Amino acid sequence: MVRQVISVAVTDRKAAPPVGTSVRLTGVSKVFGRGTSAVRALEDVSLDVAPGEFTCLIGASGCGKSTLLSLVAGLEEPTTGEVSTSGGRVAFMFQESALFPWLTAAGNVELALRAHGMNKAERRRRTAELLETVNLTEFAGKRPHELSGGMRQRVALARALAQDADVLLMDEPFGALDAMTRDLLHDELDRICAGRQLTVIFVTHNVQEAVRLGDQVVVLSSRPGRVVDKFEVPIERPRRIDSAEVAELAARITDRLRAEMSRVG
Amino acid sequence: MADIDDAAFVNSDNRASAPAYAEKLAYLESLEVESPQDQRDRKLGKRVWTSLWPKVLAIVIVLAIWQLIHVSGWKKDIFPGPGATLANLWDQLQHGLLWHAIRTTLQRAVIGFGLAVIIGAVIGALVSRIKPLRAAVGSLITGLQTMPSIAWFPFAIILFGISTTAILFVIILGAAPSIANGLIAGVDYTPPLLLKVGATMGLRRFSLYRHLILPASLPAVIVGLRQGWAFAWRSLMAGELLVIIANQPSLGVLLSSDQDQADMQSATAIIIVILIVGILVHTLFSMADRSVRRRWGLTGNI
Repeated sequence: MVRQVISVAVTDRKAAPPVGTSVRLTGVSKVFGRGTSAVRALEDVSLDVAPGEFTCLIGASGCGKSTLLSLVAGLEEPTTGEVSTSGGRVAFMFQESALFPWLTAAGNVELALRAHGMNKAERRRRTAELLETVNLTEFAGKRPHELSGGMRQRVALARALAQDADVLLMDEPFGALDAMTRDLLHDELDRICAGRQLTVIFVTHNVQEAVRLGDQVVVLSSRPGRVVDKFEVPIERPRRIDSAEVAELAARITDRLRAEMSRVG
Repeated sequence: MADIDDAAFVNSDNRASAPAYAEKLAYLESLEVESPQDQRDRKLGKRVWTSLWPKVLAIVIVLAIWQLIHVSGWKKDIFPGPGATLANLWDQLQHGLLWHAIRTTLQRAVIGFGLAVIIGAVIGALVSRIKPLRAAVGSLITGLQTMPSIAWFPFAIILFGISTTAILFVIILGAAPSIANGLIAGVDYTPPLLLKVGATMGLRRFSLYRHLILPASLPAVIVGLRQGWAFAWRSLMAGELLVIIANQPSLGVLLSSDQDQADMQSATAIIIVILIVGILVHTLFSMADRSVRRRWGLTGNI
């Protein structure tokens, strides 16, 4: 595949050889609250994500997808089971861009670099580079409210990349965007992932989007969230969301999802 | 740079043609982003006039009603009309005494408010960070805020005598709670999503405050400062009427001597001065508030 060839060619990434898994969840359950009001968000979820792999999580609302990401990010502790990320840093992207409104686009990206103690000259250079990566060079000086939804998400992506993370968690990052903008961002995300050894866990409601982007698609059930199925996506990149292969696999996954939803009711 | 070069390579490889892609992008952006040129084009003069005429009209109406009351003959001997009062004010402005008084009063206001800001900020920061402290003094701060500051004067005068210190003490007691509460509210209402981002970004402790919580608190802090100023100004006026220090003309001293001499024209003129100073400072805070809101995109009209 294109991706692997390129990731070998990139030399300025850290030299650590890819180990077997980048993110591993073993028998993870998460319960919120206690007693009669307890909500079981995740139950016995086991999941392996290989380094550089793009995994899409799909499921109806209430399947604990966002909880799963929070566990991987270390923002929450699992009730039982174990979550391990092989060493590296974790970056997070949300449906709302969650940019800091008092900073410009460049300022938002730069703050992420600053948090890692990078010096000023280096930060400048790297910020310009990252904004170029997401095609926003001209908008460096704009504040978030002056940018469109799609542009804000691209700044958020640049900010996530600035964290130089090994694992990128994306919680429906394009969910609030129109189809054309989303399509464009899919292309950009593909291109960006191809250039680096980045492990991505991408949560979405949209089956086509999952097939368009993912190396594997994991189907979760609702209340409590459980892994019910996994699909490898063997479709060659570059992919198009409206291609026949994507549609065909998406239809199969949708059927599986429907069966699961009707079972739960 | 290797990342970028590779990315560009893949980009052109992935797509039928790179220029078409850029075009599509530019088109989408032109659709979605409002041009900032529009707002620059708006004439400055027109904007000033738009914001000014209602104020001018309001002043004219007040003066007209005042004049009507005067003409109606109500308390004719002691209640001056706007003409005589404004003439008196103009006259006082030609002399050094009023300016001296304004200077003294403003100096006290600045020092008192400045100290209140420092003390309020320290208390606010401590209370917002330390949970037991909040449980202990959180409601006390709000209680102090509702306390009429004039009630502190007997206490302050016994403690510090007839002195500027007594006045400053009461200003601080009046203003600091609002400032502290503004900061506490700002910290409390920092959006949880931003805190989540900060946490994954690796912002910890001091840098979390410096780069995330404090800037996020700014709008609430400005509201607190504005309210603190209102309390400080009131406390100061009460203080200057109660704590008359010899050989230190202030607005309060002038007002008080007008009362002694039953000089209604001068008293009214001084009241107008106090009103104008209060409005001017309030306007400064409003401008700061608006500028933050505009930069953050919190207003409807960007």
